[in-house]
Amino acid sequence: MQAVLLIDFGSTYTKVTAVDLNSESILGTAKAFTTVTTDINEGLKNAVEVLHSQIGGTDYTAKFACSSAAGGLKMVAVGLVPDLTAEAAKRAALSAGARVMKVYSYELSTKEVEEIHKLKPDILLLTGGTDGGNKNVILHNAKMLSQIEGNFPVVVAGNKSVAEQVGDLLKQSDKEVRICENVMPEFNVLNIEPARAAIREIFLRRIIQAKGLTKVQSLIDGILMPTPSAVLNAAHRLAAGCGNEKGIGELMVIDVGGATTDVHSIAGGEPARAGVIVKGLPEPFAKRTVEGDLGVRYSASALIEAAGIELVGKRSGLPAEEIMRYVNKISEQPEILPEQDEKLSLVDYGLTSVAVKFAVERHAGKIETSYTPFGVTYLQTGKDLTGIKKIIGTGGPVINSKNPTGILKEAMFESTHPSILKPQSAEFLIDKKYILAAMGLLSENYPEVAIRIMKKELQVL
Amino acid sequence: MMSQKTLVMGVIGADVHAIGNKILEYAFKQAGFKVVNLGVMVSQEEYIKAAIETAADAILVSSLYGHGEMDCRGLREKCDEAGLENIPLYVGGNLVVGKTPFEEVEKKFKEMGFQRVYPPGTPPEVTIADLKKDLGVDG
Ligand code: B12
Repeated sequence: MQAVLLIDFGSTYTKVTAVDLNSESILGTAKAFTTVTTDINEGLKNAVEVLHSQIGGTDYTAKFACSSAAGGLKMVAVGLVPDLTAEAAKRAALSAGARVMKVYSYELSTKEVEEIHKLKPDILLLTGGTDGGNKNVILHNAKMLSQIEGNFPVVVAGNKSVAEQVGDLLKQSDKEVRICENVMPEFNVLNIEPARAAIREIFLRRIIQAKGLTKVQSLIDGILMPTPSAVLNAAHRLAAGCGNEKGIGELMVIDVGGATTDVHSIAGGEPARAGVIVKGLPEPFAKRTVEGDLGVRYSASALIEAAGIELVGKRSGLPAEEIMRYVNKISEQPEILPEQDEKLSLVDYGLTSVAVKFAVERHAGKIETSYTPFGVTYLQTGKDLTGIKKIIGTGGPVINSKNPTGILKEAMFESTHPSILKPQSAEFLIDKKYILAAMGLLSENYPEVAIRIMKKELQVL
Repeated sequence: MMSQKTLVMGVIGADVHAIGNKILEYAFKQAGFKVVNLGVMVSQEEYIKAAIETAADAILVSSLYGHGEMDCRGLREKCDEAGLENIPLYVGGNLVVGKTPFEEVEKKFKEMGFQRVYPPGTPPEVTIADLKKDLGVDG
């Protein structure tokens, strides 16, 4: 046996997964409450104890971890035009696994700068202008940001012609500055990898320390990445394959949680039919979107606000007053689970279904029919996901539901809303043992093993 | 060396005539300009956003299908609103509809805030010479 321990420090639970590299199998999984306020090692020790009570004590050849503890990686993105560099900045931050609290565009106002100060981001990503393009706005914004006391690190990924000047302005206020390549070097050309790498590097070096996670660094071989980027990693590997291990092709992962719903699509997203004109920024093959108002515990009331109580009522089969009573209860006590409460399980089904429906709708591309005096033309923005054949459900509310198929069906194409390019016919898989983040970690060093384990463990519904 | 001038170009409205657009892109690049080509079916907002982000020196609008006047109306005002008060706007393609004399068409587009208006069949060289003059590039 050659065991590897994979650890996910979540905001509520510390989850551990033990894997045997020789038999390429999961030895066991366990969880315990995260203890970030005292010593994060306690939670880890507790989880490992639970694990070892099931599988016996084990020595590990390696231990890897990801983390979304202590609020995850909180970021603010700043760009110039909302759907150009500001959007590119947002995507770079999301692909690094960050929680993007807010995106700003054009020249920052005094009020906005105060707001950023209050948001206390872990990292700020500053962009604006293509290379050789607009210089004034990023310079203005650097000046404004240098007036903020907080010494959060700033990743500068804007117009290269003024990158050093921007850096100097920010350094005046004692901020750590990392200058990297422009997120949009040419108009409509995305280059988010350098910014993503810079964000990850700062996350590993600084943020983990600031959040009291360094104590575990000595015990494990490293916290490799924020949890959401581990999931994206796993999805990407599973779809694309590695070396001799073939991937399973284009897919989507839907991850519903208490605070957010994440959707990952690993797909080209090109128009499925001829004669469609594509508009907007080019889409990344591996794309992650996060909906901060679609969660089933902390964000339950935001979900109701976004989706409407009627729809949740329809899905759960409960009257509005009853749902609201539960929503108030779970917002106050997010740790309560539906196991003993039949009605709560109906409420959860309603909330989760609606979260999936809206999150996938926002993630998917849209097609607009434009009727010109000379006939019909089609304009596509975002990714066409109609051809996706595999949808993977993960996250507690999906995995533990009695009817995961019903929930995942919400991700499918609706003939009543044909302009939203959701999958038309797909197989559903479920991450029953909740191993995707762990497999994303494992695939950093053992990608082929991770792919084979996922193929074995993800259950077809 | 003069710094390279940036042009934003594209075919406006619901117009899908793509060939002339490609030829113009090629010609402008050959003439030493940095070209941001938005392709066909370009909305007024797209020109403006691209021009802001790339700090463009001029916007060149094409219209081939006969609806140029309608599609171009308001572009100048939107540019002004977005802080592009001084950006030159050029327009060309098939702007003449029916038997209207070109002078009338030209006058109309100039009133709409376009600096230069070209009749059908204008060779790219004419526009390139104008651009160099207007943007202060020594030929
Ligand atoms: C090919 C073609 C099509 C193809 C386009 C294929 C494609 N994806 O490109 C298709 C079949 C789709 C098509 C459709 C239509 N077409 Co058509 N099409 C033509 C055709 C035959 C050739 C166009 C072409 O490529 N020319 C070659 C290129 C190099 O020239 P160009 O486009 O004019 O561009 C040059 C100049 O105009 C100039 N220029 C262009 N823009 C600018 C901008 C500036 C600033 C400057 C300085 C110069 C400049 O420089 C370019 C390069 O030299 C012309 C007729 C013709 N011979 O021009 C009709 C023509 C343009 N079409 C016409 C029409 C009416 C239509 C339709 C409305 C037909 C219909 N009823 O369905 C539709 C419109 C569809 C739409 N939504 O846009 C009319 C337009 C009439 C008008 N403006 O008054 C034309 C002139 C035919 C005609 N005589 O009736 N068309």
